[in-house]
Amino acid sequence: MTYQQKIKDGETLDLSRRSFLAIAGGAGVGLMIGLKVDPAAAANTAQGAIEFNPFVKVSPDGAVTVIVKHLDKGQGVATGLATIVAEEMDADWATIRTEFAPANPNLYANLAFKAQGTGGSTSIANSWDQYRTAAVTARAALVNAAAEAWKVPAGEITVVKGVISHPSGKKGSFGEFAEKAGASKTPPAVSPQTPPFKNPTKYVLIGKEGLHRVDNDSKTDGTAIYTQDLHVPGMLVAVVAHPPKFGAKPKSFDDAEAKKVKGVEQVVQIPTGVAVLAKNTWAAIKGRNALKVEWDDGAAEGRGSDALMAACKDAVSKPGVATATNTGDAEGALRGAAKVIEADYAFPYLAHAAMEPMNAIAEVKDGAVKITTGAQFQSIDLFVASKVAGVPMDKVTIDTVWAGGSFGRRAVPTSDYIAEALTIAKGIDGKAPVKLVWTREDDMKGGYYRPMYAHKVKAAIGADGMPVAWHHRIAGQSIMTGTAMEPLLVKDGVDDTSVEGASNLAYSVPNLKVELTTIKAGVPVLWWRSVGHTHTAHAVETMIDELAFAAGKDPVEYRLALLKDKPRHAGVLKLAAEKAGWKAGEKLEKGRGRGVAVHESFNSFVAQVVDVTIKDDGQVKVDRVVAAVDCGLVVNPDVVRAQVEGGVGFGLGAALRNAVTLKDGVVQEGNFDKYKPLRISDMPHVEVHIVPSQEKPTGIGEPGVPPIAPALANAIFAATGKRVRDLPIGDQKFTSV
Amino acid sequence: MIKLKINGEERELDVDPDTPLLWVIRDELKLTGTKFGCGVAQCGACTVHLDGSPVRACQTPISDVEDSEIRTIEYVVGSSASKEGKAVQAAWRALDVVQCGYCQSGQMMSAVALLTTNKKPSDKDIDTAMNGNVCRCATYQRIRAAIHDAAKRLEA
Repeated sequence: MTYQQKIKDGETLDLSRRSFLAIAGGAGVGLMIGLKVDPAAAANTAQGAIEFNPFVKVSPDGAVTVIVKHLDKGQGVATGLATIVAEEMDADWATIRTEFAPANPNLYANLAFKAQGTGGSTSIANSWDQYRTAAVTARAALVNAAAEAWKVPAGEITVVKGVISHPSGKKGSFGEFAEKAGASKTPPAVSPQTPPFKNPTKYVLIGKEGLHRVDNDSKTDGTAIYTQDLHVPGMLVAVVAHPPKFGAKPKSFDDAEAKKVKGVEQVVQIPTGVAVLAKNTWAAIKGRNALKVEWDDGAAEGRGSDALMAACKDAVSKPGVATATNTGDAEGALRGAAKVIEADYAFPYLAHAAMEPMNAIAEVKDGAVKITTGAQFQSIDLFVASKVAGVPMDKVTIDTVWAGGSFGRRAVPTSDYIAEALTIAKGIDGKAPVKLVWTREDDMKGGYYRPMYAHKVKAAIGADGMPVAWHHRIAGQSIMTGTAMEPLLVKDGVDDTSVEGASNLAYSVPNLKVELTTIKAGVPVLWWRSVGHTHTAHAVETMIDELAFAAGKDPVEYRLALLKDKPRHAGVLKLAAEKAGWKAGEKLEKGRGRGVAVHESFNSFVAQVVDVTIKDDGQVKVDRVVAAVDCGLVVNPDVVRAQVEGGVGFGLGAALRNAVTLKDGVVQEGNFDKYKPLRISDMPHVEVHIVPSQEKPTGIGEPGVPPIAPALANAIFAATGKRVRDLPIGDQKFTSV
Repeated sequence: MIKLKINGEERELDVDPDTPLLWVIRDELKLTGTKFGCGVAQCGACTVHLDGSPVRACQTPISDVEDSEIRTIEYVVGSSASKEGKAVQAAWRALDVVQCGYCQSGQMMSAVALLTTNKKPSDKDIDTAMNGNVCRCATYQRIRAAIHDAAKRLEA
């Protein structure tokens, strides 16, 4: 069972005190106790705004402020949550404002995690009932206040676009009744005749076109504020010399030259390096570059990526240490099979490389700590900050601002960059607020990569061409081991995120075995947009394509025959094929190829059809991607389309040419000159088609990513007859057939 | 002291001559719409206009630009915006181009510069002009569409 299914089935992660103590390895304070619970104190910024509940405020001028408990790092969750509230309140979209919730897991936990954090494409799914309830409650309070003032039954009142009215002709705005309605502390009863939530047929905002993102204006005039943009009075900017190898520590340093740089104020040694503090960013960078540091490599990872990949390859050549799935007798069936296909796959480390390099502001004052950053996993960040600063958790405040991307990097089980900022602030005895700035090189070389993996798949087809056995081995580092998520996600030696997407193979195969060997290495690893699906989807969806060709069948028809009890997989696959003009058995003209892939992740289903051209120089050009998506009920169709367009581009850049490599433990890619991002000239035309659905909303931030690499590889095969099993494609030259 | 002409104002600043224009704009003048992304002119998040041409502020020493008219996103799409600046902003908003938004000031600066010299760019012109601006959210398809949309707005 994947963790997304567990979340769907109501199981939740236990980020309780015990599991936190397990990762922190020492005394601490409870996560869910001792935090301030007064919502008024927690979210009290908009002028004169009246708190209705932790999620909704209404100002006397009629503005409705939605408190966004999730980090918006571009995926559009602020817009999504605001849409849900506006719809159920019958508010006027033009009056909607948003602000990020403070760190307070008692009020703002992700209900899928029981902890405050954003990830796993759970934001809309976990908030759906909660934000609708908050909105319906706020609306009822306003209606009740109007009914009382007008001395009419509440049931006779209607609300349209933030205007409350009664058939008698009485009319008033949300703003007029905000104070009275907000003051009633007991939650207003929703009339039993009224359905608690709006009937979807009455929606005017949810699922509708033409709604613009709430951050559309501020991100197109330079006024949106990210961590990097904050200037706290008296603050110093810190830039850190980090060790070239993971696990190394500073031994000694010479800061004579650094201190000569105008603007440099102080140099402090911290466990993760040597920090230069300066009055401005440039002075801090120059100072850092002028430092001479000697490193203690004693405990450092010294292997290169070739050696680490060799260890993964060796592991998949042997039986796995753990078994994730075992139905039927895959090995027995393979021995007796007429036709067996065996394939090896290799996947590199990948950096998130968000446009805004990691950064955080830390202030230590009077026994309290304040962190300002694009905080993605506040429950962990609170805990780590409390531990690093040595203050109780109720003395830690975390303010969240817009994040310039994340792709998973801002949710870190060790809160690495936040802890570093705070350690520096503590290291100068709190004499100034500290803005920690990572340069691009710090960010790229700072670890927490998508792990490197090797796969080996042996699959057999029967006389009818249909698969009879699938034996899949995976080896790589575990993302979850050693984190607070380990108790739920690592069972019997299987980290679910290493095998998800393979262990729950969607295709009907009678004999299936999926094994895992977890490799230990000193390179920090982390979830990277779509986590395990980034590699499992590639192996599964290219292998199923190989089987279809071995069977002499059309790849779409072959898949559909194996997805008879998977209607949502089949639904997106059919839609994408239809919209792409897929014709069974069609061979495009020489030099062109078309490939397909379908994959479920985060309870959403995405199929993609990719068209490629093999250029005269043998390089691949991706011309078009037609995607179909089923993510349940859609809150904002344009945000869904944007996420799939972006997911395609994000996954495509990685598939084409991204890899973090190490030589003797030292990361070789420091900037975009070597870790080459997808650029506009690489971007194909992307079409996104949405399957209409009344199922509960599921995730969309990640599910657009997994199908792109295998659909691309399958398109290359169609054009060239060559299988692409290892990623990235890199400088490979192809010959059309 | 360094003298600057920026966004229609003259400023005098006490900064080292080797300081990149980016850090003067961001840290001294607190014009934070211009972003730091890579520091080596590989990503374009810091794009500003120097006498109307797009340059990467992270690789432009302040001492090199004392005689130039510098404009940042705040000016280029602000109340003094040119018709190209207004069209680009309107197109970006109409198409909801942004996701994380961090690169978008730079993208818009490059787009305005393109449309100022090329009223009706082709896809190829757009790819050439915009290839130095990285967007990790991969909003490229909408950027391309928004530039065409802005060109149409300028025709009207």
